[in-house]
Amino acid sequence: MSQKVLLNATEVNIILHRLACQLIENHTDFSETVLIGIQPRGIFLAERIAKLLRESYHIKEVVLGYLDITFYRDDFRRSEKILEANKTKIDFVVENKKVVFIDDVLYTGRSINAALTALQSFGRPQEVELMCLIDRRFSRHLPIQPDYRGRQVDAINEEKVKVSWVENEGEDSVYVVKS
Amino acid sequence: MSELSVNHLLGIKYINEADIDLIFKTADHFKEVINRPIKKVPSLRDITIANLFFENSTRTKLSFELAEKRLSADVINFSAAASSVKKGETLIDTVNNILSMKVDMVVMRHPNPGAGVFLSKHIDASIVNAGDGAHEHPTQALLDSYSIRERLGDVAGKKVVIVGDILHSRVALSNIYALKLQGAQVKVCGPKTLLPKYIESLGVTVELDIKKALAWCDVANMLRVQNERMDISYFPTTREYTQQFGVNKQLLDSLDKEIVIMHPGPINRGVEITSDVADSEHAIILDQVQNGVAIRMAVIYLLASKIKQ
Repeated sequence: MSQKVLLNATEVNIILHRLACQLIENHTDFSETVLIGIQPRGIFLAERIAKLLRESYHIKEVVLGYLDITFYRDDFRRSEKILEANKTKIDFVVENKKVVFIDDVLYTGRSINAALTALQSFGRPQEVELMCLIDRRFSRHLPIQPDYRGRQVDAINEEKVKVSWVENEGEDSVYVVKS
Repeated sequence: MSELSVNHLLGIKYINEADIDLIFKTADHFKEVINRPIKKVPSLRDITIANLFFENSTRTKLSFELAEKRLSADVINFSAAASSVKKGETLIDTVNNILSMKVDMVVMRHPNPGAGVFLSKHIDASIVNAGDGAHEHPTQALLDSYSIRERLGDVAGKKVVIVGDILHSRVALSNIYALKLQGAQVKVCGPKTLLPKYIESLGVTVELDIKKALAWCDVANMLRVQNERMDISYFPTTREYTQQFGVNKQLLDSLDKEIVIMHPGPINRGVEITSDVADSEHAIILDQVQNGVAIRMAVIYLLASKIKQ
């Protein structure tokens, strides 16, 4: 197994600020916007972005929730991997809001497809956008593209993109891991 | 972890503590799902479930059916009253006929103890026991423990008394197994004629005085007097039963602490418990019913995840 650093802490930090600014450009005061982190790995990025918006850019009304997609996945009983559910926390109204899905890595697009189905259980949003830190292009199975992307990566299927966060793994970084 | 140790839920006797934890964790998620505007997930859209009820049931059948539908499974219902069982068909034949219509899972209630275990040895589908005679009713015990956990934070170390007809009760047996597995202390209380002779071998204690039992416990699970299962007289009159083992408001007020009152339903109001107790804030009877759907969704989901394509 070998791994190479794709982004270090400084680069991740710069990207987070850029993503936050791009959100502000499109959503101004966030009064009609809700941020939803996709469980399990998207919540770290979502929390970071929300924190930046609040603390560095002084946006008062940042609404943040988490969405778990386990029960909506299209590979239930089809993959050997055991699926474990996580907490969904959407204690706000989604109806007619501008929803921003936030996930760490966009790969096949199937998770986002499941998230779109799951979101319907909470109401009909005005629109849904997608933010991801890493966009693994050329590996999509579905016609899904991000509206805000941190970095585009060309990684082959045997490679894995690993995103680490200070809160969880002790450092902000992105690795490409080759098995 | 994160997978059940069994392929069927035939009784609490056959599962372990990790299984119970996993079912509860999964039920937590489904409880959140059933409080959404749209209370449905698509997980089981390619699964067909047959509900076979060889014995009458209202609440359990509705609860299972709702759980199955909220998981998007296809559901067929069968009740023995209107079937070929009356024409003399055997259980295996009946079930095999239904399974040949491509059914993946069977939820069965049957008047004979061990019907689920017997069936599991002869057919391929996953089986969920929804009550087999006076043997086990595992989903009821799971939802009871889940409701205790929800109200009191934990089941371990809690003192639970099960009051009433222990002899004929599958709810009592499954509850004893489930509570002991999770580290609770269990007492049974009822007329001597309705307590099995060797009940203490299950690790429970016996109390014949309801006042002492209530003063001891954190939770009282009041069982229904099952007149339909009593072939002989086990106590002189219903009135005498109520006087000796019924719980009323005065009795609860005389205790120097608050206890949680549970009942698996259907309630004989004025027999096991009076209306003012059943409708009081001590009672979590309706929470039990709501949790029943989440627990059954969890059980069905977890068993379905083990059905290979």
